[in-house]
Amino acid sequence: MTGAMRIEIRRVLRDHARLPVDVDSLRDDADLFQLGMTSHASVNVMLALEDAFDIEFPDQMLKRSVFESVDGIARALDELESRAA
Amino acid sequence: MASPRPATADQAEFLEQLLGDGLLVDSGVQGIYGKGERFEEVRMGIDALLTRTAAGLGAERLRFPPLLPRRQLEASGYLSSFPHLAGSIFAFEGTEAEAALQQERAGAHEDWSEFQQMTDLVLMPAACYPVYPAIAARGALPPGGVFVDAGGSWVFRHEPSGDPARLQMFHQHELVRLGEPERVLQWRDEWAERGLELLRRLGLAAELDRASDPFFGRGGRMLATNQRERALKLELLVQIAGPEPTALASFNHHEDHFGSTYGIELADGGVAHTACLGFGHERIVLALLRTHGLDPGTWPEPVRRELSPA
Repeated sequence: MTGAMRIEIRRVLRDHARLPVDVDSLRDDADLFQLGMTSHASVNVMLALEDAFDIEFPDQMLKRSVFESVDGIARALDELESRAA
Repeated sequence: MASPRPATADQAEFLEQLLGDGLLVDSGVQGIYGKGERFEEVRMGIDALLTRTAAGLGAERLRFPPLLPRRQLEASGYLSSFPHLAGSIFAFEGTEAEAALQQERAGAHEDWSEFQQMTDLVLMPAACYPVYPAIAARGALPPGGVFVDAGGSWVFRHEPSGDPARLQMFHQHELVRLGEPERVLQWRDEWAERGLELLRRLGLAAELDRASDPFFGRGGRMLATNQRERALKLELLVQIAGPEPTALASFNHHEDHFGSTYGIELADGGVAHTACLGFGHERIVLALLRTHGLDPGTWPEPVRRELSPA
């Protein structure tokens, strides 16, 4: 996972996660749901990540744990990238 | 137009029996039926049983027409979760010439939708929806919160099906609790057990299980997984017809979704949590007919007593 991709993940979170805190101040392992991201906001994050990275999350990745932190999202994107390679 | 779900052989056969016996009256549209007297008497017995039970536990009775102001639907988030199930009301606005043209098209069963304008109303998607803004308008909740019996209201779901247990319009009896998070969750769980016991008293082999709503699309799959993992929705299931048991009732924990949406405040200023219980009157009647036979006069005495106490 490149630094550029983590910057892009944070951009998506800033635009779609509707967090009451500054996304730049978050640690990569911070729990976004505990910080106030709703289930509906997490769906918008998922759809925006698909647009931003031109990917489609498979069904087994459409769950809360995948989208609960910057690290979690990065891991899922890494896995999709290695599958595509 | 939504493509109808095909019925399984036993669902189709059950529907034929219900229509043939006069329990249901065909309308020509799947999922829309009139009801014969024997069906309706049992349904009213269930309505009374639920109303009585809720009143005994201190519920405040509120009743609403089976329509919702469109703005309430728009604010609720329903169109993002269930856009495929909603029904909006349109009505004619135009000149005499346009009215004549509309009639000409309609008379020939052609498309006349261009003469129709969206109104301020939608069909009721779930009987608990009008309760939240009504309670929010009273101001902060009293300590301990509020318990509302919203009654057996007509609700609409746009999902035509040949399964007699999947109606497009049916009575959903909603009980709603608004209050402190731990009280609301405890109430939901107590009622899940109470509902289970109530259905078993009616002689139904009901089971309680985790469930999820039919959320729309791939995002909906994520919401459904989340709902199931966190046990936000419980259902009481009974085998009626088809490959799987049918949910006769559901017990839903919304956390702060409606509290935040409508600004429902606790006595101490925090955001209220809410939960609702929905009992499907028609599904309970169908389960009873399937279990005890098509003639309620021959049902076991204790079951009949529950439905029409002396």
